[in-house]
Amino acid sequence: MAQSTHSHGSHGHGQGHGGHEGGHGSLKSYVIGFLLSIVLTIIPLVVVMNDMMSKNGTIVLILILAVLQFVVQLWFFMHLKEGENAKWNIAALLFAVLILVVVVAGSIWIMTYNTVAH
Amino acid sequence: MANTVSHQAGDHHGHEHGHHDPESLKTLGFWIFLMTDVIIFGCLFAVYIVLRNNTAGGPTAEELFKMPGVIAETFILLTSSFTSGLAVLMMHAGKKKALIGWLAVTALLGAAFIGLELYEFVEMVHEGATISTSGFLSGFFTLVGTHGLHVSIGLIWMVGLMLQLRRRGITPVTKRKVEVLSLYWHFLDVVWIFVLTVVYLMGVM
Repeated sequence: MAQSTHSHGSHGHGQGHGGHEGGHGSLKSYVIGFLLSIVLTIIPLVVVMNDMMSKNGTIVLILILAVLQFVVQLWFFMHLKEGENAKWNIAALLFAVLILVVVVAGSIWIMTYNTVAH
Repeated sequence: MANTVSHQAGDHHGHEHGHHDPESLKTLGFWIFLMTDVIIFGCLFAVYIVLRNNTAGGPTAEELFKMPGVIAETFILLTSSFTSGLAVLMMHAGKKKALIGWLAVTALLGAAFIGLELYEFVEMVHEGATISTSGFLSGFFTLVGTHGLHVSIGLIWMVGLMLQLRRRGITPVTKRKVEVLSLYWHFLDVVWIFVLTVVYLMGVM
């Protein structure tokens, strides 16, 4: 049991090293990413242009699809999880997203209840 | 087995030292710049969202935005994000001509995007919707204009890099430059998707 864990661990390392060469994605991953991003763009366009859903439902849906599109680009085009600095890339990204959410959500929250400006 | 494990551990140690490779550190540094750019765009999005209903008697988003042009811009930029990925793929295959070719396609698509956006802006200004008309339009032109400025700078950068690639070929340094430029380009595509969603789609809803 312990042995199998070990061999699994070393396999993971081996893959990490292999990822050095293969860490730039393949044609397949770019094509999949491109197709996904097209689908994720067409859905909100169709839903909004044809007024297919209630206003709040549409807002939630198109925001979710935009975030998914972001994930697709990070994963298939930017290869966020590959390369030797992957963990630093992710740490910086998470920090930026935290600041982003605080600034955007905080601004909306404050200005919604700001009776002086309206 | 124990031997293999200790070998792997030693190997990993050597790998840790590999972090001081200057080219990969520069890529990391560029990524951190991109993350600060995320925050800049985040602030501009916050400003736009807060101001978008303050039209001060001027035109509203619904009256102003023409979706066909915006949809064309979106697909042009999406495709250029894909072709810049193909350029990186060709670079790793060592194909210099194909690399420069795909970069040229990416640059042409980027130029088409900027052309359409400028046309849209000029049309708006002719209709009397300028940056000083209302809070909504100040936020709009600042946000969308900053994105357009990023794309324009990327275009100049891309042409310069194509010239350098032609002269110096694919070296560790030019390789890193192409990688960093393609990160920048994918990033701009992501920002545009949020512009499309928050500004245009929510504007015409």
